[in-house]
Amino acid sequence: MKYKLPKEDINLKPFMSKPPRYNWKDVIMRTDKTYKCEIINIIELTPMEKLFHLKILDPVERDIFSFRPGQFLMLEVPGFGEVPISISSSSNNKEYIALCIRKAGRVTDILHKAKKGAKVGIRGPFGTSFPMEEMIGHNILLIAGGLGLAPLRAPLYWISEHRDEYEDVSLLYGTKDPPSMLFTYEYAEWEKVNHIDLLTIVDQGDDGWTGRTGLITELFKEMTIDPDNTFAIVCGPPIMFKFVCNYLDSIRLPMNRMFVSLERRMHCGMGKCCRCMVGSTFTCVDGPVFDYWSVMNLKEAI
Amino acid sequence: MIYKVITKKEFKKFVNGLINSNETFGPRQVNTAKDGKPIYQFKEVHSFDEMELDYTLSYSSLKNFFLPFREVLSRYNFTDDNWEQEIEYRVNPRVIVGVRACDINALCKLDDIFVNGSFPSPYYIARRNNTFLIGMDHLPMDDCFCMSMGELVVRQGFNLFCTDLGDRYYLSINSSKAFNFLRNVKTTDPTDKDDRQWLERRNLIKRSFNTTVDTSSLPNLLDIEFDSPIWEKWGDKCLNCGTCAMVCPTCYCYGIEESIDVSLKSSRRERFQHSCTVVDFAEVAGGHNFRPSKEARLKYRYYHHYHGFAENADEQICVGCNRCGRNCLAGINPKDVIDDLLMEKTDEV
Repeated sequence: MKYKLPKEDINLKPFMSKPPRYNWKDVIMRTDKTYKCEIINIIELTPMEKLFHLKILDPVERDIFSFRPGQFLMLEVPGFGEVPISISSSSNNKEYIALCIRKAGRVTDILHKAKKGAKVGIRGPFGTSFPMEEMIGHNILLIAGGLGLAPLRAPLYWISEHRDEYEDVSLLYGTKDPPSMLFTYEYAEWEKVNHIDLLTIVDQGDDGWTGRTGLITELFKEMTIDPDNTFAIVCGPPIMFKFVCNYLDSIRLPMNRMFVSLERRMHCGMGKCCRCMVGSTFTCVDGPVFDYWSVMNLKEAI
Repeated sequence: MIYKVITKKEFKKFVNGLINSNETFGPRQVNTAKDGKPIYQFKEVHSFDEMELDYTLSYSSLKNFFLPFREVLSRYNFTDDNWEQEIEYRVNPRVIVGVRACDINALCKLDDIFVNGSFPSPYYIARRNNTFLIGMDHLPMDDCFCMSMGELVVRQGFNLFCTDLGDRYYLSINSSKAFNFLRNVKTTDPTDKDDRQWLERRNLIKRSFNTTVDTSSLPNLLDIEFDSPIWEKWGDKCLNCGTCAMVCPTCYCYGIEESIDVSLKSSRRERFQHSCTVVDFAEVAGGHNFRPSKEARLKYRYYHHYHGFAENADEQICVGCNRCGRNCLAGINPKDVIDDLLMEKTDEV
C-alpha cells in the first residue's frame, strides 16, 4: 500500500448535487447537465418556423435561469442532439422561454414533430448580450433579415417594457417573400402599443403583397438616421450584414454603437469545442453579440 | 520545488512499487515504421523492464489520456414519456511514466482551457487530478523545435521530473504525493557535482537542436498575411484528413454526437475529437460552411496554434513536438509553412 495513489472522487463533491448555474462561468459545475423543460405551447409561424414555449420543470432551476436580451441557450433533444438557439422571449418572463426554431437539420426536424407536453432539455444561458442600459436615452435602430428577427424579439420586449427610457425606435425587417415573415401577428402591437416604427420589405412580392419590394438597404432611403444619437442592432444572414454594416459605417455611425449577432456552428456553448471560432474569439463566449469594431478586427467574421 | 538525486537502480525499485499498486502506462514500441524506425506509444505496463525509457517520442500525444478520442458525457434513460439524465465522471488513479517535457507543457496549455478557463470541465479535472505524471528529459529528434517555442523547460503540471545524469536521475519533485512516495526509497540531496552535471545535461539538450522555427512575429503576421497566396499553395496539398489534430498534444477541438442505444431505452451523448481541417468543421444547419476551402481550414489551424486564442490568454499553443509534420500524409510541416510565410515578405523587400 506504500505506493497506492489516493482516489480523488469528483463524483462526491458538493457541486454534483446542485443544479449548474451557467451564469457563473468560473465555478466547477456539471457542464452537461440540462434543465428539463416541458413544451407548453407550439405556435406555427410559417411552414418552416415554429415558436416553442418551454417551461423549466424544476422550480429551483427555473429560478436560476435568468438571461439578458441577445443571449442564447443550447437546446437538447435527448437521443438526437443539441442545437444553439437564441432566446425570443422577454428576460422578465419567469414562466416560460420562447424559442423560434426553423426546420433546418436533424435536431430541428424532430423538434418540429414534437407535440405539446414533450420534454426537452436546455443548458444556458450563454454568450454576450445587447447593452440595453447603455442605449438609454438614444434612438434604437433594429435591423433584421429573415430568421434574424428571432434574437431581436428579446430586446424588443425589453424596449417595450422600458419604453420611456428610449427615444425613437425603428425596426427594419426584410424577408425573402411575404409568407416567410415571422411574428406578423405582433406587428400591430409593436407599432400601436410600443410606438416602434416598423418598416418591412420583401425580396420577391406575391399577388397579395402591397408593401415594399427590394433589398433591406432600400429602407434606408425612407429614413434619416442621426449617427450621433443612434444605436444599431443588426441580425440576419451573413450577406445582409455586409451591406447593412457598410451603409451604417458610411453614414459614420460609430462602430462601438453598432451591434451584430453572429451565427456559427456550436457544440458546447462554453468556449471549449472551438467549433464557433471566429478569428481568434469564440462566438459562444465572446459573442454572439459583437460590436462592429470587434467584428472588423476578427478574421472571417462577415 | 524540491530537488533530489536517485540512482537508476533505486528509481527502478520506486517505479516498480508504483506499477505494482496502480494502473501504470509507459512508453513501449508497438510497431516499426516504413523507414525502419520504431513507433512508440504509451501502453499499460506491468513491470519497469517493459518500458523503453530512452524512446524518442510517442506517436500519439499524452492528450488522449485526458481527452480520449471518444467519451460518453452523459446518458439519457427513457421511460414512457419522460427521461432522466445520468452523469458520472470516471476516476481511475493511474501513473504515467516517461513523459517528455513537450507533452507536459502541452498539458499545461490544456489546463488553461479545461481547468482555469471559463466553465471548468469536470471530465478533464477528474482525469487530471487522478493521474500521477513522471516526466523524463530526452535529446531532441532532428525535427523537434520545442526550444523555439520556449517549451523545453517544465515548470509545472507534473509530479516528478527526471533529468538523466548517466547512472543517476536528478529529480524535480513537484507534489507532496511524489515526495511521500519517494520516502520509500533512497534519495540524496544534490551535491555540487550533481548540480553541475545537471546543467551540463541541460546544455547538451539545448545544443542538440537542429531545427529552429521563428514564431515570434506570427501573432501579427498571421493577421497581416491573412490573404497570402502561400495558404493556397499549402492548402492545396492538404488532404483534410485530420491526422495533424489527432496526434497534436494541444489540439482539443471536439464535436458532440448523440445516439440512441439499440434497446431504444437509453441514449448516449458523446464527445469526440475533431479537427478544424475536416470539411464539416464549421458547417451550419442549412448547409452554409463558414470555412469552405482547404486553405481556409489549414490556415485556421495555424491561426489557432500560432496566433493564440482568447481562452489561452492569446498564448501560442504549439509546443514544437512536430508530430503533425512527421505524420502528415501530404508532407505539410509547420517549419516549412512558417518559413514560407516569413520568406514571402522578406522576398518582396
